[in-house]
Amino acid sequence: MASPTTRPANGSVTLRGIRKTFASTVAVDTVNLEIADGEFFAMLGPSGSGKTTVLRMIAGFEQPTEGTVLLGGVDVTTVPPHRRDVTTVFQDYALFPHMTLRENVEYGLRTRGVTRGERRRRADEALAMVRLDHMAARKPAQLSGGQRQRVALARSLAVRPKVLLLDEPLGALDLKLREEMQVELKAIQRDVGITFVFVTHDQDEALTLSDRLAVFNNGRVEQVGPARSVYEEPANRFVAGFVGTSNILSDAIAQQVVGRSGTWAVRPEKIAVLGDSPAPARATVREATVTEVVYAGASTRVLADVGPVTLTLTSLNTGGVRDVQRGDRIRLAWTDDALHQLTDADPTDRRDTPTEEITA
Amino acid sequence: MTALVPTENLRAGRRPSRRRPAPLGYLLLLPPLAWLFIAYLGSMAVLLVSAFWSVDSFTGQVVRVTTTGNFGAVLHDPLFRTVTLRTVGVALGVTVIDALLAVPLALFMAKVAGPRMRIALMVAVTTPLWASYLVKAYAWRGLLAPNGPLDWITGGHSIGYGLPATVITLSYLWLPYMILPVYAAFARVPSSMWEASADLGATSGTTLRRIAAPLAFPGIAAGSIFTFSLSLGDYIAVQIVGGKSQLLGNVIYGQLVTANDQPLAAALSFVPLVVVLLYLFALRATGTLEQEAR
Repeated sequence: MASPTTRPANGSVTLRGIRKTFASTVAVDTVNLEIADGEFFAMLGPSGSGKTTVLRMIAGFEQPTEGTVLLGGVDVTTVPPHRRDVTTVFQDYALFPHMTLRENVEYGLRTRGVTRGERRRRADEALAMVRLDHMAARKPAQLSGGQRQRVALARSLAVRPKVLLLDEPLGALDLKLREEMQVELKAIQRDVGITFVFVTHDQDEALTLSDRLAVFNNGRVEQVGPARSVYEEPANRFVAGFVGTSNILSDAIAQQVVGRSGTWAVRPEKIAVLGDSPAPARATVREATVTEVVYAGASTRVLADVGPVTLTLTSLNTGGVRDVQRGDRIRLAWTDDALHQLTDADPTDRRDTPTEEITA
Repeated sequence: MTALVPTENLRAGRRPSRRRPAPLGYLLLLPPLAWLFIAYLGSMAVLLVSAFWSVDSFTGQVVRVTTTGNFGAVLHDPLFRTVTLRTVGVALGVTVIDALLAVPLALFMAKVAGPRMRIALMVAVTTPLWASYLVKAYAWRGLLAPNGPLDWITGGHSIGYGLPATVITLSYLWLPYMILPVYAAFARVPSSMWEASADLGATSGTTLRRIAAPLAFPGIAAGSIFTFSLSLGDYIAVQIVGGKSQLLGNVIYGQLVTANDQPLAAALSFVPLVVVLLYLFALRATGTLEQEAR
């Protein structure tokens, strides 16, 4: 029964010039990515940006129209999914409903011809890792969403793949559970030490979980890098708007507000409300009128009209900060470090982006 | 956020008060229940009672004196036993043939065919249901006739009329009733299930055996209830293409109409009823019926 699986030397993933077209639509347009062995890598983007298609091409469910997929340096472009040393945690978990949890987890070991005793031992070990060993005899229908997710994870990891792919792994869980699973996923990835590649449209998830992330838009990769650099130094207007929120100022408005030409992004949390204190050195100070105050528990979001535009700023509710009210006149300040210049003036697609778009 | 509050309350156990339906609501049940009790169970009860009566062999009148003689005859007469076994054999044969034809076709419709192809096949499968039973049975009579098309194609080696012809005709008649539930069963299995199996190293054959077949089984079971019970009660197709073969239906009909022994016919009618009940219990024991209901 053992199928000859292509065993790559390590879990690195290389995509070279990947293109995928469905009929007349281009789903993925010339993507190049290098994912290192043992890396926790996120593919972030709005729906329809091509990230899931890329994931499916790594798994082998889709064939690229052009380009090469390498696993551990071995070309697997035409290798079918059952012979790739890669497993997937599906968005709907895809647990087999007629099998117990143990049988589900044993499934991949069975197809690989692992002996009965060994199979059982490894399945129980995998279930113990996700703390569900006491439920091994249950059927998936008897589990909660979070538990199903963990079984799917155990089933995929039991075969000890070189790369684990996760398709919107936490999308179906509610907020509390999602936060718990984020911590758990991170810990499991550290323990097993293999490459994790996951797809998400949730920028928080991508920032918290991944070592590095790729931002997808319209079938292209807009930016690749560690979470911090993608957030602090977005490559363009799309990234600045999709990953977190940005005040984007361009042309005449940039000239008026920040005193420079070009397109500039300022993160809302980097704009401070000055009390009566003097402005710090090398800071830009602007008078503004508060037009809206949105209290969000841990933080407060304030919209402030500085004349040509309205800026968004957020501040943590740590106490001691003067409350602002709608209609207040306040002084805003930001340092030069808070300004990040964007290279492209023309965003490709802004439909789903939370960009605080500013127009004259 | 506020929009979430009502649903949250529902989930967190603050159940909506367990309202009794208004008394008027029960009126909705009246017509169907009346129909069920009077027309269906009532006629069954009359049938059961009349099975314990007998016929005066001289006058031909029904004698309303309770006797178990009819059931004795049904159980012990070798002719009835042979016909019962033959009928159950035909019903099982039809069911197996339909399952073998339906599974690949349903799988193709659900997982391989594109949307247009799927609709075309769906139309092809269901259209015969609109045609009269008799027309379809006579069509087979024509096909199987001596010197008919099948004889001509096979050079005189057609199976002709008889039991095999009956099985083929019934399989043809009931095939849509098997295809539709099996198709529904396959269609319900998300494609990620297939992908997950391949992802975990299974070949297509293994996926078919370990994932697709068990998941489609409730559909096959549901379809088999139709093919099995419809075949068990059929007595027309066998008259048209069965040659001299007799099935339970013909025997019952013969007792009722030709021999004018209504009580014996009634007792015989309980044979297919009991067989179908046994079949349903057997299916229930496999647990597939509950799975289907879910």
